Amino acid sequence: MLEIKDLHVKLEEEDKAILKGLTLTVEPGRVHAIMGPNGSGKSTLSYVLAGREGYEVTGGSATLDGADLLDMEPEERAAAGLFLAFQYPVEIPGVGNMTFLRTAVNAQRRARGEEEMSSTEFLKLIREKAKSLAIDADMLKRPVNTGFSGGEKKRNEILQMAMLEPKMCILDETDSGLDVDAMKLVAEGVNALRDAGRGFLVITHYQRLLDHIKPDVVHILSDGRIIKTGGPELALEVETEGYTDIVAEGAA
Amino acid sequence: MATRTEQIAAARGAATAARLAGQGLPAGGAWITAARRAALGRVQALGLPDRRDEYWKYTDPTPLIAPEVPSAEAEAGDTLFAAHDAVKLVFVDGRFDSEASDDPALAGLEIDLLGDAATRDIHWAREVYGVLEARGQSPVPRTLAALNTAMARDGVLIRATGKADRPVSLIHRHTQPASDAVLHHCVKLEPGAEVTLLEQGPAGARVNTVLEVDVADGARFHHVRAQGPEQGRRIVTHVFARLGEGSVFKSFTATVNGRLTRNECVLELLGRDGVAHVAGAAVGGADVHQDDTVFITHAGEACESRQVYKKVLRGGARGVFQGKILVHREAQLTDGYQISQSLLLDEDSQFLAKPELEIYADDVKCSHGSTSGAIDPVALFYLRSRGVPEAEAQALLVLAFLAEALAEVEDDRLAEDLRDWFDARLSQERV
Ligand SMILES: Nc1ncnc2c1ncn2[C@@H]1O[C@H](COP(=O)(O)OP(=O)(O)OP(=O)(O)O)[C@@H](O)[C@H]1O
Ligand SMILES: [Mg+2]
Repeated sequence: MLEIKDLHVKLEEEDKAILKGLTLTVEPGRVHAIMGPNGSGKSTLSYVLAGREGYEVTGGSATLDGADLLDMEPEERAAAGLFLAFQYPVEIPGVGNMTFLRTAVNAQRRARGEEEMSSTEFLKLIREKAKSLAIDADMLKRPVNTGFSGGEKKRNEILQMAMLEPKMCILDETDSGLDVDAMKLVAEGVNALRDAGRGFLVITHYQRLLDHIKPDVVHILSDGRIIKTGGPELALEVETEGYTDIVAEGAA
Repeated sequence: MATRTEQIAAARGAATAARLAGQGLPAGGAWITAARRAALGRVQALGLPDRRDEYWKYTDPTPLIAPEVPSAEAEAGDTLFAAHDAVKLVFVDGRFDSEASDDPALAGLEIDLLGDAATRDIHWAREVYGVLEARGQSPVPRTLAALNTAMARDGVLIRATGKADRPVSLIHRHTQPASDAVLHHCVKLEPGAEVTLLEQGPAGARVNTVLEVDVADGARFHHVRAQGPEQGRRIVTHVFARLGEGSVFKSFTATVNGRLTRNECVLELLGRDGVAHVAGAAVGGADVHQDDTVFITHAGEACESRQVYKKVLRGGARGVFQGKILVHREAQLTDGYQISQSLLLDEDSQFLAKPELEIYADDVKCSHGSTSGAIDPVALFYLRSRGVPEAEAQALLVLAFLAEALAEVEDDRLAEDLRDWFDARLSQERV
């Protein structure tokens, strides 16, 4: 589904390489986790895939179901089924959460040549999804993420994901800032979306999230490269041992 | 060698004489003839504005003054406020069209057309017509308004003694490419009265309107107008208001496009506890020049004034805001607030702001601020990453920017109408 081959990325403004030959494939129905030290390039990878400005791809490729992601506008990537839950969700004062989501849902539908969702259908769906994430009506009415607590912002990301039903979901530290109960809700939200056709790339620092969202594969990203790939036990190893040995081993 | 001041005076004299040449005052009854003569005297004594005047530093008044009307293609307007059950008064190229209008009596107010009232020898409007305008000639002359008082043949005169049954809606239509519309409206609110006045539609190729509002103690006046979307117009408007004790005055202007728009608002808070709010939202593209100039005088104690202006500019559009709060020594406990902000969608566009405070009282709360910014690229990316196409995402952010100004419109339904209008205009023109 998501195929990244030997991806090299540098900052547009500076001569600083961040991803240095990253290769990774996520198959449909599978959950891949990425762990790695601060600054190793995890968020950069997610941004480059989503199409954020400021990065220059100097080599390699990234495709979603064979389509070249790097050649698309961000909205085209979204319509193609890519979704990024941001590490730092953006506050947009003046744009209502509901308006935003309805605009997004219908824009994607239009882009795919599907019919737009009626407002009653939309309302019914969003109420249902919001309820399962313990997002109240007031939060839906408020401007996007504006004044939301850290945990509320993360739940709001998952709500968007649930509404947009992407086929490839990237979650960048969605667990950070969540209390134990919220983490369960979010994990349930993610697990509810798990199916044979959908792929997940879950970026996290902690084993705890992976207790709830069981990964099939765990990668360790260090200095712009995947240095180790394993099963769920790799996450446990990181949790107890830290990265030092793995990084040293990778460098060897 | 003539000094610069002498040069300006000579140019002003020549331009004023050229504008007035061959233009007799319209015929009329005694009360209006007296008002027109006095106004003409003000124009002659003070002269029309010159582009070198400090007050016209950012906006060139020449096309507003030129003897020949700069022509503009007649464009149809949009229909707004359709659901508000207003009493509609229609003006075509600045002349009242009774056929197209509702019966003014339906508003439950005393309404006369200036054209009719002017034939009479005496009319209540003499207490307002040209009176507030004349007060507004100092400390800065606003002689385009005096010219209007002298020359206007049409407009509405509204007197309210209680709460109006329905809003009054002035609807303008433009049919002649060289129409020079001069409209003068007066609203006199007796104590405790309440009136809502709506305005919309292209009034002419060149337009000069004056609205004088006398708000007595405890009365409330609401004014919401939409200018645009016609691009060719050159318009100057003046709103003069005098506020009594505990009265409320709220005026909102939505502007879309226009070669030249200068909206002046001159308010005097004379009694205790008066409230004056003026606000505007403007959107303009190439060849648009949009100017809001506000002058609020606090003469009464414990009054509140508020100015909120937002402009979205692109393609080389130019936005101007000049806002002044003058607080007299006796106006203790004044609460004055002023904010003007622009959203520049490209580097060719420009926002010029001149906020001013002049305060002689010692116990006041006054603040002002002005900012210019661009679309937040992070917010834009966030929206696009959810599948919203760039233009649509930008329109959402533009509307979000305007939302704070639109929130100044007290009636939510009117605010919603204006929001939809901007939305439709933004998506049509992809500002
Ligand atoms: N726009 C930018 N300007 C300057 N440096 C940047 C920029 N984007 C990323 N970097 C740098 O690139 C490196 C990788 O950053 P990235 O955010 O991808 O790390 P990360 O693995 O997500 O870290 P964390 O675990 O702390 O979230 C860091 O050194 C960071 O400072
Ligand atoms: Mg990160």
